Amino acid sequence: MSAGEIARDVRAGVRSARDVVEEHLAAIAGREDELHAFNLVLVDEARATADEVDRRVAAGEDPGPLAGVPVALKDNLCTRGVPTTCSSRMLEGWRPPYDATVVTRLSRAGAVIVGKTNMDEFAMGSSTENSAFGPTRNPHDPSRVPGGSSGGSAAAVAAGFAALALGSDTGGSIRQPAALCGVVGVKPTYGLVSRYGVVAFASSLDQIGPLAANVADAALALEVIAGHDRADSTSIPRPAPALSDVLLDGVDGLRVGVVRELVDAVDPDVGRRLAEAAGALEAAGAKVDEVHLATASLGLSAYYLLATAEASSNLARYDGVRYGLRVDGDDITAMYGATRAAGFGAEVKRRIMLGTYALSAGYYDAYYGQAQRVRTLLIRDMEAAYASYDLLLAPTTPTTAFELGAKTADPLTMYLSDVCTIPSNLAGHPAMSVPYGVGDDGLPIGVQLLAPALGEATMFRAAAALEASLA
Amino acid sequence: MALISRDDVAHVARLARLDLTEAELDQFAGQLAAVLEHAADVAALDTAGVPPTAHPFELVNVLRDDVAGPCLDRDEVLAMAPAAEDGRFRVPRILGEAP
Repeated sequence: MSAGEIARDVRAGVRSARDVVEEHLAAIAGREDELHAFNLVLVDEARATADEVDRRVAAGEDPGPLAGVPVALKDNLCTRGVPTTCSSRMLEGWRPPYDATVVTRLSRAGAVIVGKTNMDEFAMGSSTENSAFGPTRNPHDPSRVPGGSSGGSAAAVAAGFAALALGSDTGGSIRQPAALCGVVGVKPTYGLVSRYGVVAFASSLDQIGPLAANVADAALALEVIAGHDRADSTSIPRPAPALSDVLLDGVDGLRVGVVRELVDAVDPDVGRRLAEAAGALEAAGAKVDEVHLATASLGLSAYYLLATAEASSNLARYDGVRYGLRVDGDDITAMYGATRAAGFGAEVKRRIMLGTYALSAGYYDAYYGQAQRVRTLLIRDMEAAYASYDLLLAPTTPTTAFELGAKTADPLTMYLSDVCTIPSNLAGHPAMSVPYGVGDDGLPIGVQLLAPALGEATMFRAAAALEASLA
Repeated sequence: MALISRDDVAHVARLARLDLTEAELDQFAGQLAAVLEHAADVAALDTAGVPPTAHPFELVNVLRDDVAGPCLDRDEVLAMAPAAEDGRFRVPRILGEAP
């Protein structure tokens, strides 16, 4: 049952939110031990919230557009009084004193929070294997990764543990796991969704977005969480876009550019599904052409210098003073070093090191400064493409879901799996992954729609057309 | 460009306040060198005249009226601290022994 159907039935009083949540809790009980999508399942809280939704319906009130919809939250979204770990020993046991804005908005819309999902530690990774609490497995094949870093959120939706989930996307962390788990994943325009209460990784790139089983549910979720928030100074001062109303508007006359450099970067079966998607949009009336983004591959290197530089600064806050882990030392410097050595996992340490190096005296211009200039070149390239095209079409990932352990020995190999998703983060543009068939191994493949800033409505129209072409 | 040496790694670890083991120093020296080698395309690019981008959109200061509003509860915040005393965070000694 879709999120839209659940909300419709619960609001109409033909189905109780309690029944809906019990169904999802039963699905979790059946398969969570195998998949480990969650760091924490909020059984009692979810039941209590559902009962409150039912009470309001019985009293003639409208609980909101997500009435009774079970939602899973990535464990880097702050929930007041409820543990928020970022899958790190550093924050084990920490209970935030406030809710993230997206959590407040979901609750006001009648959603039922069912749990906090597993992730790569501090959102650094592409497989959810960098969790301090053990990996999440792909519901389509538990020997494979779900992608990452929002792997728990993608697995939770794919396994029917929740009708919707929220993730965060810094270099593809919503879209890549969505593709590998066969669900829809959206990275909105930078600033469309408030970042207040998401634990910061790379602040000029981070954006919260929904994962859903279908395009209409993703639109519904984004309408609820988007819109200006005074608590985030980078929040765009305009209301949430209307998306549900445009899904049936079609793609007739839309100009779509297929990004040649990203097609060249993927496996043949992924490329074939992408060609089919391009054909489907053309059949629906879009004008589809090939477009070049010469700087796309440079984006990967630029990203890993910029994101780690920002992370090395953001993660300086984990010093054992105000919250989280402390390991005592003889003086404060010894305490800092011992706390951070014990609290961070290998990938987080590696990225702090890379970022600190890229910012250090003697290397700042060659690495961080150059990466910032490459970011400018990539944005110019993309804006030039959008002068001729309304949307771009590209693969989401180079391959289908890979085996656990396949890429953990060589960090660079893991980083390369983000090549298709990084450009939108560097530009601040929206992009989304839509499931489009399976690969030669029978595992899900996603195709990616990219739009210029605040182009969500056009992007969702094309996503709905792609989804309809598979039906 | 000279790639990262083991001494560089140790220096950067000190800057980042990260106590690394001998094994980690060796491992990171190799892994960071591989990433930096991949980034050689960026480092080598001619970007004369290209301005840097620090943020995707033009930002201006966001100000509000200077009026006191609600904030986090001090006791609730301190309850999550590793150590607190007299309404403050408690930390190890910062200066040397008192005379």
